[in-house]
Order: sequence, then structure tokens, then C-alpha cells
Amino acid sequence: MYIFLLASRYLRTRFIAVASIISLTLGVATLIVVNAVMAGFVCQMHDRLHGILSDIDITPPGLGEIHYVDSHLQEIRKIAGDELEAITTIVRVPALLQYNFAGRPMTHTLTLVGIDDETYGTVTDFQPFLLNELNREKISFELRESGYDPAMGDCGWEWRRQMAEFEQASRRQMEEIYRMRRQEQANEPPRLPGDGIQSSIRTRTTLPELPSGIPLLPEEGIQETAIAGNSVDLLRSTDSSDVFRPAIAPEDIFDKSRDQYAGIILGKAISHRQIPAVDGEPARDIYLLRPGDDVSVMLPTAGSSLKPILENCTVVDLYCSHMHEYDSSFAFMSISHLQKIRGMIDPLSGAATISTIQIKTKPGTDLGKLRDKLTSYFPPDLAMVQTWQDTQRPLLNAVNLELTILNILLFLIIGVAGFGILATFFMIVVEKTRDIGILKSLGAPGRGIMTIFLGYGLSLGTVGTAVGILLGLVFVWNINKIADVIQMITGQEVYDPMIYFFDEIPTIVSPWMVMWVAIGAITIAVMASVLPAIRAARLRPVEALRYE
Amino acid sequence: MSNPARSLDTTHFTQATVKPTGDKSNSRLRVAQPVALRATNLHKSYRTGSSEVQVLRGVDVKIREGEFVAVVGSSGSGKSTLLHLLGTLDNPDRGEIWIGQQNVSALRPLQRDRLRNREIGLIFQFYHLLPELTALENVMLPHMIGSGIFNYWKNRGTFRKRAVELLEKVGLGHRMNHRPSQMSGGEMQRAAIARSLVARPGLLLADEPTGNLDSKNSDEVMQSLMTMRDEENLTIVMVTHDNEIAQKANRTIRLFEGRVSA
Repeated sequence: MYIFLLASRYLRTRFIAVASIISLTLGVATLIVVNAVMAGFVCQMHDRLHGILSDIDITPPGLGEIHYVDSHLQEIRKIAGDELEAITTIVRVPALLQYNFAGRPMTHTLTLVGIDDETYGTVTDFQPFLLNELNREKISFELRESGYDPAMGDCGWEWRRQMAEFEQASRRQMEEIYRMRRQEQANEPPRLPGDGIQSSIRTRTTLPELPSGIPLLPEEGIQETAIAGNSVDLLRSTDSSDVFRPAIAPEDIFDKSRDQYAGIILGKAISHRQIPAVDGEPARDIYLLRPGDDVSVMLPTAGSSLKPILENCTVVDLYCSHMHEYDSSFAFMSISHLQKIRGMIDPLSGAATISTIQIKTKPGTDLGKLRDKLTSYFPPDLAMVQTWQDTQRPLLNAVNLELTILNILLFLIIGVAGFGILATFFMIVVEKTRDIGILKSLGAPGRGIMTIFLGYGLSLGTVGTAVGILLGLVFVWNINKIADVIQMITGQEVYDPMIYFFDEIPTIVSPWMVMWVAIGAITIAVMASVLPAIRAARLRPVEALRYE
Repeated sequence: MSNPARSLDTTHFTQATVKPTGDKSNSRLRVAQPVALRATNLHKSYRTGSSEVQVLRGVDVKIREGEFVAVVGSSGSGKSTLLHLLGTLDNPDRGEIWIGQQNVSALRPLQRDRLRNREIGLIFQFYHLLPELTALENVMLPHMIGSGIFNYWKNRGTFRKRAVELLEKVGLGHRMNHRPSQMSGGEMQRAAIARSLVARPGLLLADEPTGNLDSKNSDEVMQSLMTMRDEENLTIVMVTHDNEIAQKANRTIRLFEGRVSA
């Protein structure tokens, strides 16, 4: 009884102990905050990674192809049985993307993925990341009239028609320039050196007004923009005497205002840039490409002899998974079109090859076990069977390692707090030497004296940990408000959504994490009080009573 | 609560050999009383740096039940050391101590702690109350130490009643909830007397209980002690410098250079 009484009285009356529990409190609070934020980031990252990836991927080495797709799918269905929820096939191929922006050619390397618009959405969380709300319900590689985010400005057919009109007007303007040039050449005496065509253009013509949303182009870029895409083919198909007259029937001529190329969905990071706020100017978004624009894609053919293919495509949508790695390096198009242009369809049988089979399993499925079962069917030289964690193993391992090291470092803070408690306790034992003597003279055994100090350490640890947990949780629950306040005070951005692609700092408080932090902190506090407690227990009563 | 003075070993039954010097009114000493405390050939030395100081050099003491014995002597004669050995706070280098039928030297530390808690009351010159506890809590402390949590919880009413009763007897009924820092020296010493008696020990060892008090407080403390001695049937061994107080004892043991002088 006296143990509880004295431990609680020491806690209430020895304010020196408060100093030692502050460090413990701060250590615990830091651990809670860091773990909650890390757990939030890791969970978001897992969600995003898993969303883009399927549960299990079956991929041949390199750019290899999988033949006899139907029989493989049948076998997979048999092996997976009830655990299988959905299955799809894709074609994945490295590609070069080229487009013009502000009169300059822009080139981008990416992975082009051919997907089945019926089944791909059942295997991955691809659809929710699409920016067109209609595509989020049903994937389509046809350009849409509506459903695009108004924040992006004009998109879809509206944008395409504006661009077509602009290009047409530019073409007419060019035609006028050429006509005037021919007249000048016919009527005027020979030109003096340095008197070129550009001066004539500048003085005698006015270019059509640009549609809104297009950045102003330098004059020398207009020609290039006007003859983008299929326009190149049109110009090539005309003879030199009548430049713009088509050589084919008008209904077969590609008309940008009503026709589109094969649809392609690009990652938002490929086509979007955010200009940060500078000198009071607010941050603004720039779209290098938007749904309705045309792009060129260069990719290799399938089979043993690689040849490059140049394919014109129309951007039909953008997707934003908030994972920069994906948003900046993936583009999607229809699998059947990709198989066709790459020559993956056998002209005799009509059977097509693919490059990856993707599987979604039912919740609770042991992915490792299913992967092993499938590996026995697909030997490694034919195809590699990998779970999504296997695919992302280096990243996941790096994050886990980071989390582990961070926890060790932060527990060292609590360790330092433990040494603080140790030092404080030694001081308290010295200070309480006479009291220890009194208790011993009244018959308190050494074990009882030791328990008082251990109980005192336990009380300090419990109070420090409880306050630390409370502080940490309050901090976590208000972390975004706190970040705003710090930003307001310092003027420095604490959390930049542009970098992390999360609107807010994500946090997850795991009760298990809180419990382990609490147990760890209390254990360290008790361990720190063991040595002083033993010293107190070993004090001889006579010496203790003589101590003044 | 057992009391060695009330359950003594008859083998130690001997005739009193020392003529009472102080309180002649105690009729118990007119007949042979059992031995409450016996120490034979006690030796104790302390090491200070490289030299060893012999404090006790073969002290023999025999104290009977109900006796009030004053231990006197000059500073450094070994009075306090003898009291500490008798109170089992320290171990002799040589010699034996018997309290009632118990050979203290043969007891294990835990048994010795229990003996100290139940059979011996200790009073010190500097009161030695715990500053974090109130007077009442200080007085109840021996019960808290001696009883387990459940036993204490079960009997807390009885324990409290006993503590209150003792505090009232020593005139501190109004100071029960005061901390030592709020009490005078005399009051603290009286609280210490109440604490030493709460577990109903048979033997009370006091180390200069009035050494730190003025004459008025000293008288009050001695008055309290004498009252308690009669009411609780105590055997008292008191170390003192004060001849007047020593006069109140049944007999006096005088120590000189670590030995009992004639």
C-alpha cells in the first residue's frame, strides 16, 4: 500500500520528474505523428500502386509475347478457381510520343499499354483516375463532346473543332501568302538582295485570331502547327501547281473537325505542368496537350524483326493516379488497335498475341500461394508470374526500410528520455536517501523500496506516454491546420501538393502502432528506473538515516 | 499483532540484578521479569578511509520486560551504534542479540524487516517523518508496510482508529492532516512516538528523542513517552545526553570507549 501511496506522492510533489517526462512525452508524440504520417503516405501509395497494377501479372521476359491466349486464360481460370474475380489481357510496349507545343516539337518516352476497354477496368482501378466523368463510367477511346473537367478549359470535340478552324484559317492565310508571292514574282522587277518574302507577309497580311487557351506562338511556328497530323499527308498528296487541292474524294479526306485518329489516353503528368506562384501571381495550370489534340507515337513492331511504326493518335482523355511515376510514363490505347498496328494478329487464324495477362483476385486471397500455383503452370522462361507487391518490391522494401530506420531513430529519442529519467531518478534516490532509511527502519524490505522507485518510474512512464499519445493524436488530427499555420507564420510552404500529389497530408493512426509506442516508452521508463531502484534497495538503513 | 514482551521465552527468566534508579513506581520491576532484550559480546567497527574505528568492544546488555533503560555516554562512545544494532538496523561484527526468543543474528533479512516492523518501535533525534505524508499517514505507515494491500484494505478502519487514538493521546488530534513541514519540532517528535507505537511493539528504542527540542517540548515528549510506556506496557531503551531524562529511567547503562562502564 505504501508503495502506491509514495509513488503517487512523489509523482505529485517532485517537479524535477516533470522535466524527465517532458522528453518522454515529446518522444512519444513525435513517434505517433511520424508513424501516422508515414502510414498515411504508405497506405495512399499502396492504394495508388495497387490501383494501377493488377493483383497478379503474368509477363514474358522482355518484349516477348504470349501465344494461345485463350487456352492460357482457360487454364488460369481452372487454377485460380473461386479466387479469381476478373482477368484481362494487355499489350505493353515502349514508345516515343511526339507533339507540337508553341511551335516546338516535344518528345516524350513512355510505355504504351493496349487495354481491353471492357475488362481492364474490372482488374485495375484505372477508371476512377480518368478525368472525363463519362469515361470513369465506361472507358472509351472515342473523343467525347462533354464530361471533361471544366478547370481544364475547352476539351474534346469542342476544342478539336476550334483547332481545326484555326488550322483551316491558317492554311487559307498561307494560301493567300503564296498567291501574293506568285503575283509579286510575276509583276515586280527582280528583288534586291535582302528583300525577302517575310517582309511581304508582315506588311500585307493579318493572321487569324487564336482560339482561347492556346499559348501565343512565335510567327515562325505557325506553319508547323497548321500542318500537324494528317495535314502532312494532305500536303504531300497534292501536286505543286495546286497545293491544297485534295487528290481523293472529299468524304474520304480526313477532316479534323469531324474525324479523329486512334484514341489515346495520356498520363496527366505528360501533358500538364503547374506553374508555381511567383511574385504574387497565383499558381496556374498549363496543358501541353488536352483531349482533342493529335499526337504522333513511334513504337516497334512485334515479332523477330523490329521496325518502327509512326502512328497518329488523338488524345481522348487524361488520367491522374497521383503517382508521378505512372502519370508521367504511361499511355493507353485500345488493345485491338495496338495489336493490329504492331502486327500481333495472325493473318491466317486471326489469333492475336498479347504481352501480359492481368488477374484480379477476390478479397482475402493469398496472392503468394496463387502466384506459386500459377508459376507451376507458367515456367519462368515462358512468363514471370508476379504479385503486385513483387512488381513493386524495391519501392515497398525501400519504404519499409525507411520506416524501420525512422522508428529506430525516434526510439533513440525515447532512449535519451530514458537516460534523462535515469539521471533524475539517481538524483531523487540521493535526495530521498533519508526517507529510504526511515522506511527501512519501519520494516520496509529492500524489495518494497525497489518497487516504490519502479512504480515511480512506471507512473512517470505512464503519465509521460499518455500525455505524449494525446499530444501526438491532437497533432495528427490537426496536422493540415498546423501546416497552414506554420506556413502563415514562416511564409514557407510546409506541404506542397504538387510534389506529393495528395491534396492533404495523409495520416492513419493505427491502434497497434499507438500500443507498441506506449509499451516501448513505458518499458524504457521502467528500465531507466531499475538501476536507481536497485541502488535505493541496497542502501543500508543506518547509512541512510545518517545521511543529511 | 504479536508482542515479544507478552510471549517471552521462560528460559531467559532471571532475577533483576540492577537496582532501579529512576521511576520507582513501576511495580513490575519488583518481581522477576522475562528478558526482553539481550546482547552479548557485541563488537562493531567502522572503516573510515584506511583506518578502522572500533566503536563497540564487547558490550553485554540484558534488559527486562517493562524496563526503561537509559544509555548514556560521551559522544563517540557507541551509544547510537548500540541502539542501531539492538534495533536490527545494522549487523554486529561479533556477538549476538536476542529479542525475546529470537536470535536476531540468525534471521534472514526479510524476517528481520518483519521483526523490526512488528516488534520494535524506533524514535530518532530528527523525527524522521516522511515529508510527503500527513501526520496520520506517517503514523499509519508501519501498518501499510507490514500488511499486504488486501489485508491493509480490509483492516484500514481498525488501523486508522488506532493511529487516530495514538495521535490524540500525544496531543496531536488537531494536527492529523498536517504535513511535517507544518508542525513544530515537538509535534513532529510526538507524531514519531505515535508512529513507533502504532504496531503495538513491545520494545521501544529511542535515539536522543529530546536532543533537538527545547525544554518545554522536551518535557512534553517525555510526558508522552511515559504515558505510552504505562499504557502500552513498553520496554524502553533510550539513548540520551540529558542527565535529567536519564534520571527518569529505571536504570542507566553507561558506555565508555565502546564498553559498558561500571
